[in-house]
Amino acid sequence: MIEGLALLDLGVSPYSGDVFHETPLIIYLFHFVVDYAEITFMLADVITAVALYLAVKDYNKQVFRKQKFALEADRYPLDCLELIRSPKEMYYIPLKVAMFYLLNPFTILSCVAKSTCGLNNAVIALFILSTIKGNVLLSAIFLSLATYQSIYPLTLCAPALLYLMQRQYIPVNFRRASFWWFIVQYAFMYLGSLFVIICLSFFLLGSWDYLPSVYGFILSVPDLTPNIGLFWYFFAEMFEHFRLFFLCVFQINVFFYTIPLSIKLKEHPVFLIFMQLAVISIFKSYPTVGDIALYLAFLPVWSHLHRFLRNIFLVSCVLLACSALFPVLWHLWIYAGSANSNFYYAITLLFNVAQILLVSDYFYAFLRREHHLTYGLYLKRKDGSEATLVLK
Amino acid sequence: MAAYRYGYSAVLFILCGLSVFLVTNGQETILTGDDGAAAVDSPQTVTETAEQTAEQPAVEERQWEVTEVEEASPDEAAADKQDASAPETLVPPSVPRPKDDFQEELVIRPLHSGDIYASFQFRTLWETDFMRGNKVSHYRLFPKSLGQVISKFSVRELHISFTQGYWRTMQWGQPFLPAPPGAELWVWFQDSVTDVDGTWKELTNVLSGIFCASLNFIDSTNTVQPSASFKPLGISNVTDHRFLRYATLPREIVCTENLTPWKKLLPCGTKSLQLTELPLFSLQAGLAVLLKSEKLFHSSFHSQAVHIRPVCEDWQCKTTSWELRQTLSVVFDLHTSGQGKREWSLFKMFSRTLTDACPLASSSKVYIDITDNPEGEQFELIPATPLLSQAVVLGDRRTFSVYDLTQQITFGAVRSLNLLIRWKSTEGDMLRPLLHGERYVAGYGLQTGEIHTLMYNNHPYRSFPVLLLDSVPWYLRLYIHTLTVTSKAKDNKPSYIHYQPSKDRVRPHLLEMLVQLPPNSVTEVTVQFERALLKWTEYTPDPNHGFYVGSSVLSSLVPSIVAMDTNSTQERPLFSSFFPCKEESSYFVRVYTEPLLVNLPTPDFSMPYNVICLTCTVVAVGYGSLYNLLTRSFQIEEPSLGLAKRIANIIRKMRGVPPL
Repeated sequence: MIEGLALLDLGVSPYSGDVFHETPLIIYLFHFVVDYAEITFMLADVITAVALYLAVKDYNKQVFRKQKFALEADRYPLDCLELIRSPKEMYYIPLKVAMFYLLNPFTILSCVAKSTCGLNNAVIALFILSTIKGNVLLSAIFLSLATYQSIYPLTLCAPALLYLMQRQYIPVNFRRASFWWFIVQYAFMYLGSLFVIICLSFFLLGSWDYLPSVYGFILSVPDLTPNIGLFWYFFAEMFEHFRLFFLCVFQINVFFYTIPLSIKLKEHPVFLIFMQLAVISIFKSYPTVGDIALYLAFLPVWSHLHRFLRNIFLVSCVLLACSALFPVLWHLWIYAGSANSNFYYAITLLFNVAQILLVSDYFYAFLRREHHLTYGLYLKRKDGSEATLVLK
Repeated sequence: MAAYRYGYSAVLFILCGLSVFLVTNGQETILTGDDGAAAVDSPQTVTETAEQTAEQPAVEERQWEVTEVEEASPDEAAADKQDASAPETLVPPSVPRPKDDFQEELVIRPLHSGDIYASFQFRTLWETDFMRGNKVSHYRLFPKSLGQVISKFSVRELHISFTQGYWRTMQWGQPFLPAPPGAELWVWFQDSVTDVDGTWKELTNVLSGIFCASLNFIDSTNTVQPSASFKPLGISNVTDHRFLRYATLPREIVCTENLTPWKKLLPCGTKSLQLTELPLFSLQAGLAVLLKSEKLFHSSFHSQAVHIRPVCEDWQCKTTSWELRQTLSVVFDLHTSGQGKREWSLFKMFSRTLTDACPLASSSKVYIDITDNPEGEQFELIPATPLLSQAVVLGDRRTFSVYDLTQQITFGAVRSLNLLIRWKSTEGDMLRPLLHGERYVAGYGLQTGEIHTLMYNNHPYRSFPVLLLDSVPWYLRLYIHTLTVTSKAKDNKPSYIHYQPSKDRVRPHLLEMLVQLPPNSVTEVTVQFERALLKWTEYTPDPNHGFYVGSSVLSSLVPSIVAMDTNSTQERPLFSSFFPCKEESSYFVRVYTEPLLVNLPTPDFSMPYNVICLTCTVVAVGYGSLYNLLTRSFQIEEPSLGLAKRIANIIRKMRGVPPL
């Protein structure tokens, strides 16, 4: 980052080299605030926390209202009263979310490291806030900013669309004109703002150098510096002629889950946002701890799912152990020379498995709760004995 | 017949006498010792030389004809087969001077560390134009392989060096021809070349074949275009660095297989003369007999180079010619291998003695640096020579004993010259080199590091600017914002910085800057870098050995103690005329620092399959669990019956009884 500024000061295009991969807007932002970098990153984290606080507060209000309507309409089975959420337990959730984000060691780490991930998180949090508040234009602008920063938030447009349509009572129906009209409206705003931003960067720099340097870098994974993701060691050890194939598979994998998840969760766009953020942060090409911190902040929102989680204890133990082992094995490999790359790689594998299990566990619990809300909590078999639910 | 011959030699006598006079004049030769004896000796010497040179054109003529044998008439061919010294084939003396010229010389400098520095220079000048449309197909002294390279690739200047070992400037002083360890190649192309990179790629491959070296490993990842450090050394008005390519291979190991093709380029250094079916020459002649690989590579430093450039023929630069300079420098560590006796001789160093000059050479000389030994108190030189010469080289006026191999008297009665130096004392200190560079990597671990370059200005009161060139491979990611230049504990801001960042797997970092070195100071340049993890196929076969980073190049105009000679065309010893000198008060010096050896983090090379399988498993776990949840729905579990019950049911069904 600072390197990019130094290059700019030298009159060299920061994108002519391969050290700097941030977007032009970020570099010009830092051109002004470089002396207050610490404050900027802290401010970004605070903005993220406040945005998440407000968003979750609003979301909870809606959830509660919906629940009240459903109760009044007697839509829930009688034995589901245990599952109904009380305003008392929901009261502290927004605060918990903000604290979960701010006090998360991962957030602190990425703030201390002055990773621009904090800024991306702030943009995504603002996007979530504006979506939940129902502001279509701001939502599109922040989404395009997030996409501009790193391509992956593109997949968040599905939950945003679903949520905004739900808010405006537009049915998700492919044969309805209003549905298509809304999509066109949103797409126009989104693409328009993206276009404006990209052109703005072009005019700031006077060249298109940054496009391959930023997005080509994200998509083609030339930098194999170890991180907490799955890509680096895989592509370091990959046979050259299979490289392109696996690159495509791995990148498509990130975007692949959007459509099935949106179909499955079309009634619950906020949960879909959570799922998407988690999938992105696990499968993106250069994941950082800041990405994880963002989706972990949503966990208090789903605290009512805890009774359905199957292996939360194991997963949280693995996550904690891995977080502790990362620096240890890094030191052993890089500095002490007594371990090799496989040790660190094993920990990244385990860490990612734990994240996947965590996310799929929450997904399972969410689906199960929805099932219970429709069919009753204590399901009976035909012969009256107690039944167990299985996925079939 | 005899009379004819005598008349002939008389003319040659005059010619040679003139040329000797000219040469001695140019070199400010002083005749020391007994003047009378020298005066008595000289007529004999000259007559001998005259006879020798009388034979020389004959030889040249003969070779000239042999190469053109298809066109030669039958009579001439028959004449060729006659007596080798047949006067019919002699060239009339009125024929204009041949357009090419070959000179050879050997400089021997006893170093203060007790080592011996021997530097061979062979220069071929050829007044021709490779670039014109007509193809140059007639080669005499100039090697054809290089001539074809020049014309095919439109080369303006070509400099290539292969070096084994590192030149220790602080112990040995400045070399006549600096070279970095490993291979170095820099080429200026003609401005008519459109695809410089493509031409460069082809050229490196061709040179790789010519010199049997791994120059084909030069690609865009180690090629840079320095903007200021490498100016053309010959005549040139092009300074657009788009036509310049510079590359080093610090890992290159120089050995016999590089020496043999290099020797083949010499007119007298090759056995191919045998092919002319004229058993007149010994297989090798002149200084080239000393180039025996088993001795040359048993040394502390060995550097061989080829420099091709266009030079001016005369003072007004009316005619230009191509200069091919083949140089070979070697430092023998005789102090330790001399069995306690501090004495060396040509035979001890090269296991050969000199017996004649190269018959094709217009001058063939051995210079011994005796500046530090004016009264013979440090060492004794046997045989002594009356001929002394002074030359201004590297900012210092040095005195040399000269042995002219074209004169028969040099070889004495035994008809062989075996120079011997016997040391008398070990005292004496060297003038410290004014400019000196060092480099090292600091930091520990395999993540980051810091490159330190130290530049010493040992001049007591003058400061001078230095151009520093650093070319760092892409896998060390330099952070230019961490660049600091300090001298005397103060920030020393470079007046010019040219930085080109690297691109992964495409091009290296290039950092060039102009730093003013204060007098009597050390200037330290530091820059931090991060080490990249490479793909497993990009590592060398011995990855834990580390990766080499080429030497930094310090180029500078160092203030000179004595006035430099700015006339580049005047007859001067070859070793003092390599770098053109523009002004009298300073001289050009190029110093190479040590190459660096940097360790990179390595993946485990034994398990690509494992890694691919394990990572794919993790992705599949993610995909599988999400797929599971997405496609299935919750249902009430039907209790599955036990195995015994199921078998019982099947039996009951067969019996026609309702199941349990």
